[in-house]
Order: sequence, then C-alpha cells, then structure tokens
Amino acid sequence: MSNTTKNKVNINVKTNGVNEKISENNAETKQNIIYNTQDLNLWYSETHALKDINLEILENEVTAIIGPSGCGKSTYLKTLNRMVELVPGVSTTGSIAYKGDNILAKSTQVEDLRTKVGMVFQKPNPFPKSIYENVAYGPKVHGIKKKAVLDEIVEKSLRGAAIWDEVKDRLNQNAYGLSGGQQQRICIARCLAIEPDVILMDEPTSALDPISTLKVEDLIKELKKNYTIIIVTHNMQQAARISDKTVFMLNGEVIEFTETDKLFSNPKDKRTEDYITGRFG
Amino acid sequence: MVGRESFESEIHHLEQLIIKLARRTKEQLQLAVQTLYDCDVEKAREVIQNDKELDKLDMQINEEAVVLIARQQPVATDLRRLIVALRISSDLERMADNAKNIAKSATHLGENHGITVHPSIREMEAIASEMIDLAISSYENEDISLARKLSELDDMVDNMYSSMLRELLEVSATEPQSIQHVMQMAFSGRYVERIGDHATNIGEDVTYLVKGKSLDLNL
Repeated sequence: MSNTTKNKVNINVKTNGVNEKISENNAETKQNIIYNTQDLNLWYSETHALKDINLEILENEVTAIIGPSGCGKSTYLKTLNRMVELVPGVSTTGSIAYKGDNILAKSTQVEDLRTKVGMVFQKPNPFPKSIYENVAYGPKVHGIKKKAVLDEIVEKSLRGAAIWDEVKDRLNQNAYGLSGGQQQRICIARCLAIEPDVILMDEPTSALDPISTLKVEDLIKELKKNYTIIIVTHNMQQAARISDKTVFMLNGEVIEFTETDKLFSNPKDKRTEDYITGRFG
Repeated sequence: MVGRESFESEIHHLEQLIIKLARRTKEQLQLAVQTLYDCDVEKAREVIQNDKELDKLDMQINEEAVVLIARQQPVATDLRRLIVALRISSDLERMADNAKNIAKSATHLGENHGITVHPSIREMEAIASEMIDLAISSYENEDISLARKLSELDDMVDNMYSSMLRELLEVSATEPQSIQHVMQMAFSGRYVERIGDHATNIGEDVTYLVKGKSLDLNL
C-alpha cells in the first residue's frame, strides 16, 4: 500500500475539511472544468481500489470510462456522487472538486450534491408506479406540489429523454409495462426531472437490445448540449461512438485519458492499445 | 483470445495477398519494359491480359479487408493495418495499370519500329523494381527507415525522367516524322515514373501504420 494510506480518512467520518474549497481560481479561470479530481485514492477496507487518480472532466462533454472488470471505473463513477460511501469500510484521500467545491469535504451536503448529479444504472430500475409518477417523484420529494408545474416537468423530462411521443397517451400506465429500452429512457427522464448538471451512467445500455441501445446513444449525444455526461461502459464501440473523451483504467489507475478520437485511433500507452484491440482483458 | 487469433490469422492472410500482388506487379513491370526493347507485341499482349488477374487480386484484398472491418470492428493499430492494406493494394493496382500501359505502348510501337528505345526507361525500371521490393519489405517488416530510402530513389527516377523527356523533346524537334514513337517512349517513361510515386506512397502508408501519423514523401 502506498504512503497515502497513512493519511487516509474514512469517508463516513468525513475528510478534515482542509480542501473544502479547492482552487476557486480554477473554477474562474477554467470555467468548463466541472469535476477536478486530484490525487484520489480509495480503499475498500484494505483493498486499494483507486490509485492516485487525477482527472479534469469538462462541462457539456461526454466522458467515457473503459477498462476491464474490477479496474475501478464504477467505483470512480460512484465516488462522483458519493454513492460509494454506501459500501462499508470505504475510505479516501485526495479530493474531487465539483465546480470548485471538494465533494469529499465534511461540509458537503450529499443530498444537494445528488440533486445536481443524477445517475442511471445498468439495469432499468423504474419504480412500481405509473410513468407519470416515476418522473414526478423527484420533484415531489423536493416539494413541488402544483399539478400544472409537475405536468410541465414530466412532459419536458420525457421529451428530453426522447420518449414523450411513445408514452404521452399512457402516462398513467405502470412503467413496468414498457420495454427495457423504454424503461431505461424513463429512468433517464426521472433523472432529468430534478434538473441535474451531471448525469452519471453505469453501463446504461448493457441490458438493452441494439435498437434501444442506439436510441439511448442518440439521446446521450443530444443530452450533452445541456448536461455533462460521464458513462462507464464495457462496450468500447459505444465509447468510441458517443464520447468526447475517454478514460482507460486498469487496476485502479488511470492509464490514459485523452480525446476519444485519439484514444481509439492512436493510443499512446501500449496497455491501452492491448486492451482496446482485445489483446487482454 | 480465440477471436483475436482468428483476426490475426486473417490479417496475415491479407498481408500475404498484398505481397503476392506486389510480386506480380514487379514481374509485370519488368516484362512490360522488356517487350518495349524486344519489340515483342505478342508478349506485350500477354502483359495486358495478365493485368486482369492483378485487378482481381486487388478486389479480393478490398473485399476481405471490408469484411474484416465489418466483423471485427478494429481500432488503433488493427484499424490502421486494414486501412493501410486497402491503400497499398490500391497503389499496387495502379502500378500494375501503369505496367499494362507500357505494354500497350509496346503494341502501339509495333514489331518493326526501327528506333532505339531510350536506355533510361530500362534504368528507371530497375530502380522502380527495387522500390517495389523496398516498399513491400518496409510493409512486411513495418520498417519505416526504408520509407526515406524510397523517397531518395523516387527523386532519382524523377530526375531521370526529366532529362529523358528533354532529350526526347529535342528528337521530336529534329525528327518530326518519329513523333508517334517519341511520344510512346515519353509515355512509357511517365508510366515508370508514376510507379515510383506509388511505391513511395507505400512508404508513407507504412509510416502511418507504425506511427499513426501521415507523412508526405512525394514532395
């Protein structure tokens, strides 16, 4: 284990707050950096899962994270909205600045963070409620009660998720009755309804058929006009199709982070080349 | 890793087809130039006929590369390898067309034209043949140091062609009755010169394959 172990702080007891406000100047001078990860290390008890991660993720870009199973890509994604701390025994060092504020700091309100950072999971997970209620759920939790306002949010979110035309006549039907691809877009609409800045996607199309996958991919390209998207995917062609930048991770480390065009046409690191060409992993 | 082994074996097969196309192209060039000097119209017609076989080989390479791209969805070096295979095959096919055109010139000149074929054409052919060998060796071994050598040889061919052309222009001025023959010789020189350019392109392709960056050696 590296020297940083000595300084590690259990995320559940919060960090010491030293880096609560990281580089305000950074946010001013480089306004398009939405996440600035510096020297991030993460342990699951004694397992060193993320090692010295340094990444700058830009606003309104699609950033894909690829790598073999167990490389830490989903762990990193779940650190960005601090969902990772739901796992017992997690501890971290380093910092992740979200718009300049260290989200690992003790003062960070996780609930606030998660209203700004939505998440879509591998398997569509609609609530056992109507399509309407699925999308209106978040805004209702945040105190919006007026039906007219909710109606507007639901329509806007369903349109944003490119599924309005398919469900507008059956908003009161149970979301479980939809196809997998439609359910996933309902989950994306549910995510949009709370008006986040960032959408984290953890293999969002791995359970979908090819047509539904392409619809979600088209949607991702559309969504990046208004949102920052960070997507973990096992499908390298998908990363190549939809992302602006790609991160290749291996054994908890970032091996290469560059423009997707470069990474898939002329990667600099042999390990990246070997992975994307199927020589290992 | 079964999928990759199969992919690599298919790529290897493609490379072997390209090497075969290159060897046949070189043979065609040498035969075509020989028919010029030998005034051998029958042999020249054979060269013209042989070109169809080379066209087929080029088409086979194209089809196999396209199928590999569709089925394997290659990236990085694998993708460049297939793109380069397509480009090299296309260059070789154009080189073979130029050899065929030299043979056509031989048929136009006929059996008893009674003029001396300019010695530079044979010399240019020798260098162009060496360039084909170098280009394919560079491709087979992914050796980019040979690309520079190709560029140097190409300059030699270009210079020889220019001085031959000057001489032929003088001949056409002093012997206007032989203009048809002079033109066929000038064309033949031009065809060999173009073969040198295509061989140089192969050097550029190999550089792209290895480095991932394009390089223009035909300057």
